Amino acid sequence: MSAVYINSASCISVQDTLKENFLLDLKADQSVQILKAVDPNYKEFIPPAMIRRMSKTVKMSSVASSYALKEAGIEKPDAIIVGTGMGCSQDSEKFLKNVIDNKEEFLTPTFFIQSTHNTVAGQIALGIQCHAYNFTYVNTSSSLEFSFLDAKLQIIDGEAENILVGAADEQTGRTMDLYRLHHIIKKEEDLPADYLHSETDGVIWGEGASFFVLGKDKTENSYAKVRDIQIINRLDLEEAPSFITDFLTRNDLKHEDIDAVILGFSGDATSDAYYTKGMDAFKNSALLYYKHLSGEFNTASGFSTFMACHILKEQQIPDIMMINSEKKTEVKNILLYNHLAGNDHSLMLLERA
Amino acid sequence: MSRKIAITGMGIISSIGNNVEENFISLKSGKHGISDIEMFETRHAGSIKTGEIKWSNEELIQQLQLPEDNNVTRTSLLGMMAAREAVKSAEISDINEYKTGLISSTSVAGMDITERYFYSYEDFPEKQKYIDAHDAGNSSLAIADYLGLKGMVSTISTACSSAANAIMMGAKLIKNGVLDRVIVGGTDSLSKFTLNGFNTLMILTDSYNTPFDNDRKGLNLGEAAAFIVLESDEVVKKENKKVLAYLSGYGNANDAHHQTASSENGQGAFLAMQQALKISGLEKESIDYINVHGTATPNNDLSEGIAMIRIFGEGQVPEFSSTKAFTGHTLAAAAGIEAVFSILAMQHSVIFPNLNFKTKMQEFDLVPVTELKEKNINHVLSNSFGFGGNCSTLIFSKS
Repeated sequence: MSAVYINSASCISVQDTLKENFLLDLKADQSVQILKAVDPNYKEFIPPAMIRRMSKTVKMSSVASSYALKEAGIEKPDAIIVGTGMGCSQDSEKFLKNVIDNKEEFLTPTFFIQSTHNTVAGQIALGIQCHAYNFTYVNTSSSLEFSFLDAKLQIIDGEAENILVGAADEQTGRTMDLYRLHHIIKKEEDLPADYLHSETDGVIWGEGASFFVLGKDKTENSYAKVRDIQIINRLDLEEAPSFITDFLTRNDLKHEDIDAVILGFSGDATSDAYYTKGMDAFKNSALLYYKHLSGEFNTASGFSTFMACHILKEQQIPDIMMINSEKKTEVKNILLYNHLAGNDHSLMLLERA
Repeated sequence: MSRKIAITGMGIISSIGNNVEENFISLKSGKHGISDIEMFETRHAGSIKTGEIKWSNEELIQQLQLPEDNNVTRTSLLGMMAAREAVKSAEISDINEYKTGLISSTSVAGMDITERYFYSYEDFPEKQKYIDAHDAGNSSLAIADYLGLKGMVSTISTACSSAANAIMMGAKLIKNGVLDRVIVGGTDSLSKFTLNGFNTLMILTDSYNTPFDNDRKGLNLGEAAAFIVLESDEVVKKENKKVLAYLSGYGNANDAHHQTASSENGQGAFLAMQQALKISGLEKESIDYINVHGTATPNNDLSEGIAMIRIFGEGQVPEFSSTKAFTGHTLAAAAGIEAVFSILAMQHSVIFPNLNFKTKMQEFDLVPVTELKEKNINHVLSNSFGFGGNCSTLIFSKS
């Protein structure tokens, strides 16, 4: 099976991940219910008339995708694949409010037009006039992983050489209210959140957009090699270790071959148990977490994939991500394990390019 | 394509029938499912017609024998009905015996419940369980849970081309050995949200949709779910499976013209058809029937017609019909139900009529099949196009 490389990586997140040397300035705020993505100066990238019409997810994706394409030196990719959990929820919410508030009268179509889940991928294609394969995955927690898998299959099959792959999710006012009401978001009284030893359920909600160019060939800029991806909708808690072991075995790897494991600890006590169970067998690996930096959301693994890319390229693990104190002289293999509240478990294996 | 993918099962629920057999009878007898809205509250009830399934959520829950504390929304309920039939028709007894996946698709997901309690969830604690059920991914997880499926589960949402893309992705997963079998298709329920969205775009007809007619006035929305089962050659051989048909080609392209409108020369549609033909290895002359997207909007039918002429040549476009006059446009599910109709067309050697057609469009010389027509059909090409420029084509071949 031929290799697939991550040749560029760009991320807009709760951290200032667009700037150089962002690894030095990572900060965790564990005392608020909601974390907002740092807005870039959109005016530098998007005409002002368009900025007003665009929802946050479209804006973030527009900037992150153009960064990713530019970094990889690709003008028109052979495919555009985008993952999202909630799609264009700001425009959906706006249109829904209009429908209800105005009792189905006097409506204008703009918000509806921009509410479809595939708006981001469609807008990118429109922006760069790209007629190629265009796809949008909408999973609770595995959209980015499916997008990577799709890209990998296309490159291996020789259908494409360079593919723009991304994932994005935005917050909306009413949805956040409902997440608070339903305790998907952690109760105020349970803050600050303890990400690693939480005794309460619920998470701190984040948002963000991450884009990558996956390519057939290794370039000077390559961050990582995508070795393998595994996805499953449901897992019993007891199955977490074998889910990981089976995945490593099929890649001819043992636990000790994994230099770093990036786990999706979210502060949701019940579902974090999967990570605790899963990491047990890794005795000599650096164990990492990240959702205290990104918040939890449907495509939070875009942030961890972006971080993994930088760790592999710069051979440096930020202290703020460390769960244990295992130091590695070389980081070759990184395993990422993620799910959302026990839904859509995914494993991704990245290797130093 | 290096090899065709076997289709071993299918299931459907639409406004013209609750299963494959009922849908076939309606298609054969020319009985459409467009009616006044009765199942949800809207000020447009009585003025806008849709292809509505006349079962309430409660009745569907009963049909499916779901526990009382379920939080399944209409989109998932319809999906479960169709997926259950598809699995049964493929004679699958142990769903996890092989590496099995579910690739579903939806545009509206749990919106039918969200729009009811959006402002008032605080006042209805017993309804708050539906907050988790709003997102598209959840609808597929619910269907997978209902089937007892543990494996790869994904959801595609590329507007009205969604189910075609779900079928395409499923085929790729089989072809590459990632899965041994996969249930693919889509589901969408009607909602006030979608109805008003399309209404503000002014692409809904005030009566019955008339695809490819010169005086077409727009579409009727519909609700439906349909799934087909794809299996690898190894499983088919080992289990001695009956193959209903093959998926022999697929194409996906973007029109890159406008967020909602199709381009004048149908570039996206042209590219999708071209690629599907290329992957199938078939000559364009071998296509016996096209199940067109044919939404009956002025824009779609013109753009699609031009693209077909560009592919097949003036006067050489194969016989075609749109089945949307029967079912309405069922959005993310459309390519799923039309996959089932395409398979039925091959199995029964018949082209289903394009209802309500009267006058040929003045822009070109294309006349759909308007009466049920018997014909041996070996290859069907099925088109689906959506907002965001998403264009997809599937080619099905006789087993």
